Amino acid sequence: MIINRLKHLLSAGTALVSMLVLWAVPASVQAEWGLNLQRPVTEIARVQYDLHMLIMYIVTVIGIIVFAIMFYSIFKFRKSKGAQPAKFSHSTKAEVIWTVIPTLILIVMAVPSTKALLLMEDTTESDMVVKVTGYQWGWHYDYMEEDVSFFSKLTTPQSQITGTETKGENYLLEVDNHLVLPVGQKVRILLTARDVIHAWWVPQLGGKKDAIPGFINEMWIRADETGTFRGQCAELCGKDHGYMPIVVDVVDESQYQAWLDGQRNKG
Amino acid sequence: MTTTVADHHHDEVPKGITRWLFTTNHKDIGTLYLWFSFTMFLIGGAMALVIRAELFQPGLQVVDPHFYNQMVTVHALIMIFGAVMPGFVGFANWMIPMMIGAPDMALPRLNNWSFWLLPFATSLLILSLFVPGGGPAAGWTIYPPLSVQGGMGVDLTIFTIHILGMSSILGAINIIATIMNMRAPGMTLMKMPLFVWTWVITAFLLIAAMPVLAGAVTMLLTDRHFGTAFFDPAGGGDPVMFQHIFWFFGHPEVYILILPAFGIISQVIPTFARKPLFGYTSMVFAAAAIAFLSFIVWAHHMYTVGMPLSGELFFMYSTMLIAIPTGVKIFNWMATMWRGSMSFETPMLYAIATVALFTVGGLTGLMMAITPADFQYHDTYFIVAHFHYVIFCGSVLGMFAGVYYWLPKWTGHMYNETLGKWHFWLTIIAFNVTFFPQHFLGFAGMPRRIPDYALQFAEFNVVSSIGGFVLGYSQLILLVVVIKAIRGGKKASAEVWDNPEGLEWSVASPAPYHTFATAPEVR
Repeated sequence: MIINRLKHLLSAGTALVSMLVLWAVPASVQAEWGLNLQRPVTEIARVQYDLHMLIMYIVTVIGIIVFAIMFYSIFKFRKSKGAQPAKFSHSTKAEVIWTVIPTLILIVMAVPSTKALLLMEDTTESDMVVKVTGYQWGWHYDYMEEDVSFFSKLTTPQSQITGTETKGENYLLEVDNHLVLPVGQKVRILLTARDVIHAWWVPQLGGKKDAIPGFINEMWIRADETGTFRGQCAELCGKDHGYMPIVVDVVDESQYQAWLDGQRNKG
Repeated sequence: MTTTVADHHHDEVPKGITRWLFTTNHKDIGTLYLWFSFTMFLIGGAMALVIRAELFQPGLQVVDPHFYNQMVTVHALIMIFGAVMPGFVGFANWMIPMMIGAPDMALPRLNNWSFWLLPFATSLLILSLFVPGGGPAAGWTIYPPLSVQGGMGVDLTIFTIHILGMSSILGAINIIATIMNMRAPGMTLMKMPLFVWTWVITAFLLIAAMPVLAGAVTMLLTDRHFGTAFFDPAGGGDPVMFQHIFWFFGHPEVYILILPAFGIISQVIPTFARKPLFGYTSMVFAAAAIAFLSFIVWAHHMYTVGMPLSGELFFMYSTMLIAIPTGVKIFNWMATMWRGSMSFETPMLYAIATVALFTVGGLTGLMMAITPADFQYHDTYFIVAHFHYVIFCGSVLGMFAGVYYWLPKWTGHMYNETLGKWHFWLTIIAFNVTFFPQHFLGFAGMPRRIPDYALQFAEFNVVSSIGGFVLGYSQLILLVVVIKAIRGGKKASAEVWDNPEGLEWSVASPAPYHTFATAPEVR
């Protein structure tokens, strides 16, 4: 009997519960295990991260409540335990409650989301402009006020892709020419494309944006710290969509100027 | 007036292949639809296994990137247009006339044609994989300009979509005509079973949405071959306009895929909870509200496209609103189970899993509604995980619930409960093993639609691929269950279950070839 009951309880959804537990693992642990969004290094990425965590906690709590009630019912109101079915088929009070409460939760979620969006869309008062052009299959960067521009393409050798050679540490996330940006400056990024739609995305620097032929999209980045940050094209753009990574070096102002001089001399 | 002689004549079931080719019988056509749907489910599933095989390890092992993109595209098209939509039309054909006490569908010959368009349409799509240049490789969303670059396979896909759309519209017209005109006396609208309600709403969505898609792909066709520039910026066109038009179809399409499943589980849960459905009226209105909202949220699929701020805010708020009617439905199912007297036969297990796992998909959907956060989620594996929780766990598991629920009515035999439970547990566990890790992959930054990936994504992809193969092969159990039930087994009574509600249980099992030649009286 007990075994039978246990079996039924299991049959109600151990998998589901363990799933939720996984989800509820604290953020600090998740970050180490590559389970969560990458560590943000710009204000936008940070706002996105915080919003993401807030919403995820809200939906996790909702999920746990829903699952708890379902499993309680499954365990408690079973015919095999002699449960007698009730006859009720509606309750205005309950229905009002579960319409109003979700509405309130949504309003709570909408406020910070709106604020974040206003911040992200404010591309005014930028310190510099870089034009990013996607093409099949790589990126072209143009420092519009500096007369510096170059292409940036994958450098992972074919032998690593086909497996005849051991894959390197930055497999598929390495390019010949890095995009170099100064730390602390508000960089306005203009996006367009030469052939089909691409999307420029470096997770740690904030969200992605589509690069569309015939259109100019814009976004902005202000990196809080120096370092190398990697990303990929995020919009299916044909055969080698998986092979057009992005690498951004954020450096301090003097290094940036030195790099610019070097680029100009090259040209 | 039908005479006894004529009735007798009609009771004969035609024999041979012409029975199926020329049939105008709603049950036969329903059967054809369901078998077609299951065949496509296996074909589309096989393509998913090609994808999972390639993603098992980083690097290229199994297919080249171009073929990988074709698999990604055709898997989605086959599953959406070949498996899920026809599957639900199969349920509609079999069950709606029996549920409303009608002798058949309102337009039986049209019904035959609606079905027989399908095999030709999907054959074109599968054929496209073998033409020069291969099949469509721009994703099922076929965004230009990428889809303009494709070869003849893209044209075949466009024609496939035209024909499938025609079939869907004809089917939808038939369903609306049947429900509006052929209900038994006393079967008022607000007495209709919820499955009938969700289908009538779905049918209106189909009629509204499918022509929009047809228009979009036709413009694509003329852009490709006749020198127009609807979507070509070089000719003054706008590639983003395609996305707007596509998703104006695409979002209602999502509810076309899910509402009939909501209907099925609204039939199943009360039966096994032995308690009437909670909040019937609010269920109907919630379904209608979801259908209405589906037309004003489309751009949440394209937040990153560079919309004005006001547009982003509008689509964020309207998308969040969907959580309310969806929540009402989930709470109503939970309240139906509350203080019931539940037993857990396979249909009930599937219905509960549908509610539980669809909730997961709904909650991740709410996360994605939040525009600023979606700039991180967009086009990552988080999205892939989300829509498989919604479409597999909502639509497909809902369909499985329906198959096990009505199989005894269709075949006259009880299915094998042990095999059913095996099917259920393998499916549920393997599904979660496959798709739950994909949430994490998306968070960590793995874009979707890539054949090869950076090394930090390797572990979860192994897990996901193993789950995928178990999930795929487990579906063969369903085939065994259905064949066994057709061939024999314990005789099913007319009621099959413990005092279920609905006219379909008032006729014998298996349901006679013609039912309700005389309309029943509904109190």
